[in-house]
Amino acid sequence: MPAVTETREAVETLGQSTYKWGFETDIEMEFAPKGLSEETIRFISARKQEPEWMLDWRLQAFRAWQAMEEPTWQKPEYPAIDYQDAFYFAEPKKKPGPKSLEEVDPELLRTYEKLGIPLHEQAILAGVEGADQAERLPVAVDAVFDSVSVVTTFRKTLEEAGVIFCPISDAIREHPELVKRYLGSVVPVSDNFFAALNSAVFTDGSFVYVPEGVRCPMELSTYFRINARNTGQFERTLIICEDRATVSYLEGCTAPMRDENQLHAAVVELVAMNDATIKYSTVQNWYPGDENGKGGIYNFVTKRGACRGRNAKISWTQVETGSAITWKYPSCILAGEGSVGEFYSVAVTNNRQQADTGTKMIHLAPNTRSTIIAKTISAGHSDSTYRGLVRMMPKARGARNFTQCDSLLIGDQCGAHTVPYIENRNMTARVEHEATTSKISEDQLFYCRSRGLSEEDAVGLIVNGFCKDVLKELPMEFAVEAQKLLQLSLEGSVG
Amino acid sequence: MNDFLKISGLCAQIDDNGTPKEILRGLDLDVPKGEIHAIMGPNGSGKSTLSYVLAGREDYEVTGGSAHFMGEDLLALEPEERAALGVFLAFQAPVELPGVNNANFLRTAVNAVRRARKEDELDAVGFLKAVRAETKHLHMSDEMLKRNVNVGFSGGEKKRNEVLQMRMLRPKFAILDETDSGLDIDALRIVAEGVNSLRGPDFSALIITHHQRLLDYIKPDRVHVMAKGRIIHSGGAEVALALEAQGYQQYLEAVA
Repeated sequence: MPAVTETREAVETLGQSTYKWGFETDIEMEFAPKGLSEETIRFISARKQEPEWMLDWRLQAFRAWQAMEEPTWQKPEYPAIDYQDAFYFAEPKKKPGPKSLEEVDPELLRTYEKLGIPLHEQAILAGVEGADQAERLPVAVDAVFDSVSVVTTFRKTLEEAGVIFCPISDAIREHPELVKRYLGSVVPVSDNFFAALNSAVFTDGSFVYVPEGVRCPMELSTYFRINARNTGQFERTLIICEDRATVSYLEGCTAPMRDENQLHAAVVELVAMNDATIKYSTVQNWYPGDENGKGGIYNFVTKRGACRGRNAKISWTQVETGSAITWKYPSCILAGEGSVGEFYSVAVTNNRQQADTGTKMIHLAPNTRSTIIAKTISAGHSDSTYRGLVRMMPKARGARNFTQCDSLLIGDQCGAHTVPYIENRNMTARVEHEATTSKISEDQLFYCRSRGLSEEDAVGLIVNGFCKDVLKELPMEFAVEAQKLLQLSLEGSVG
Repeated sequence: MNDFLKISGLCAQIDDNGTPKEILRGLDLDVPKGEIHAIMGPNGSGKSTLSYVLAGREDYEVTGGSAHFMGEDLLALEPEERAALGVFLAFQAPVELPGVNNANFLRTAVNAVRRARKEDELDAVGFLKAVRAETKHLHMSDEMLKRNVNVGFSGGEKKRNEVLQMRMLRPKFAILDETDSGLDIDALRIVAEGVNSLRGPDFSALIITHHQRLLDYIKPDRVHVMAKGRIIHSGGAEVALALEAQGYQQYLEAVA
């Protein structure tokens, strides 16, 4: 059919030009020596003025990592990574705090502008004195530029509410008792190859602590950006909600376009106590590589939340449109009686992108509940796998899970796979699994176009309809951004 | 002279498992401005193909002839450009769009067309006002706007939804492909009324039907008999009555 030829042509023209965030910022950087060794780790720890216990923790992780093998069970394939051929620490050179926007490194400002962060927030991000007193914005931002958290906004407003939101490197110095108690308690240092690597070399990330009974007064948000060449980004996020505390946390990511692959191996740990709620939303838009699969980010991330208290709730929502390879399973350990785990995911792959993502719901306690809604959209020559584990342990009396996995194929060169693992060791627990695979049909496209919609708008509408159950879980502003992103990621992919 | 819709010697084929199958074989048809024409013909004569080719479906390859609409080469335009120009096709089998809210779809379509026509887009309030007036006219419940496009709609609901879209998009030329099939007598009357009230000097339509019944409600200016990919006979409204009484055989024999 003529539409297919056209599509192929359209897909071919989809080059790097479609990735809006592919710019590189020319900022003076300081690097650690290349390669990974005890020395690198000591260098990082010293640069961050970390206490002795932190260094020991890192070294322990490093030794564990050395004894581990890189896993190979995943569906995506990638060439061997040379861990000695990368920088593990890159930091924008520090200058004295600027007094106004004019004094800020224009390159840095331009970067935020391109990332779509509003100007007022930019002023705060760039560290303009007094800017965060001017006007209250609903979102507090922590910007992580390469390895280092550049600035955190609204720290003061949050402090008044009792909420700690700061770079994790600050938390290690200022709140060591909290960090010591929780860091690695959900994802142990030797949990897996990439988590061990992260534990050894992580350079920054966000730390959130919401004390008992506090509802965090605004959305917290982190922008991650890999800018420097040959650097891996290993950020570490730790979020703790005490009894009856609530927080909503947003994470957004971009990176410049590069021919070589860059590794992003983050670890996110969430802890929710009695009746606490943590909502963690991600819009991941790392550079996916060009149409031939050259370049792009390897997004190998460990995300896990522990519902430690009664009726605690952890909800993961992710919209994954970027990265050459996405490989992650945001998971919930439901240890508190009646606790709830949720996972809402949209994964879009185009061109040569690969994704192997899903979740793990580990039901330890009675009457725990989990919901998994995973939507997978594949276009071009991409390949996408949903992989999920639902485990009902012997004490999970009356536990319930509902899983729904839907795949949408665009064109006939892509693949979608669903790999559910279900383990039930309690007779009273109930597990439901539904899965569908469908294609955007010529009929649907023609129907929309005959009503005046362009092909792109038609695809956007159909894809957004397909993802609706997930998108409605996102905070309002993120949902709009995610919708646009979905459409952009699939531009010209119709077939 | 008619310069509204002019189809001359139109030939089109479809790919039938690797071998081209010719469906339209030199079709001539004129629909002047402000007129409503009907096309009747046996199954497989190419009526639906004609409607798809005019609306711009890509699976059909035009191999000869031409179709001009208000002076434009219709066949050179994308489906959405034709919609903007004022061509509308009410589908015989309206397509389901899971997860796509009916009102949102309609508003997106209306504004896409308005944009292309250099008109102001309708905001949410303006749109709701306009659409409520139309649903009332068509005896449709507002609840239908909240459902997903055509998903779980009955046959009659789908057809009414097509007429709703038509009225909202304000076409100059509408093709109704068996819009009467699957409608009970009340629904038929409502749908016919939906078309009749658009009747005027700036609205033309081509009604594809198997039954005289619809033409009792929408009086056609001309009736064309189609067979084997061509128009084989044209006449006034009396042709439909003759067909109802005597069948297609009389015309088929005449061209054999």
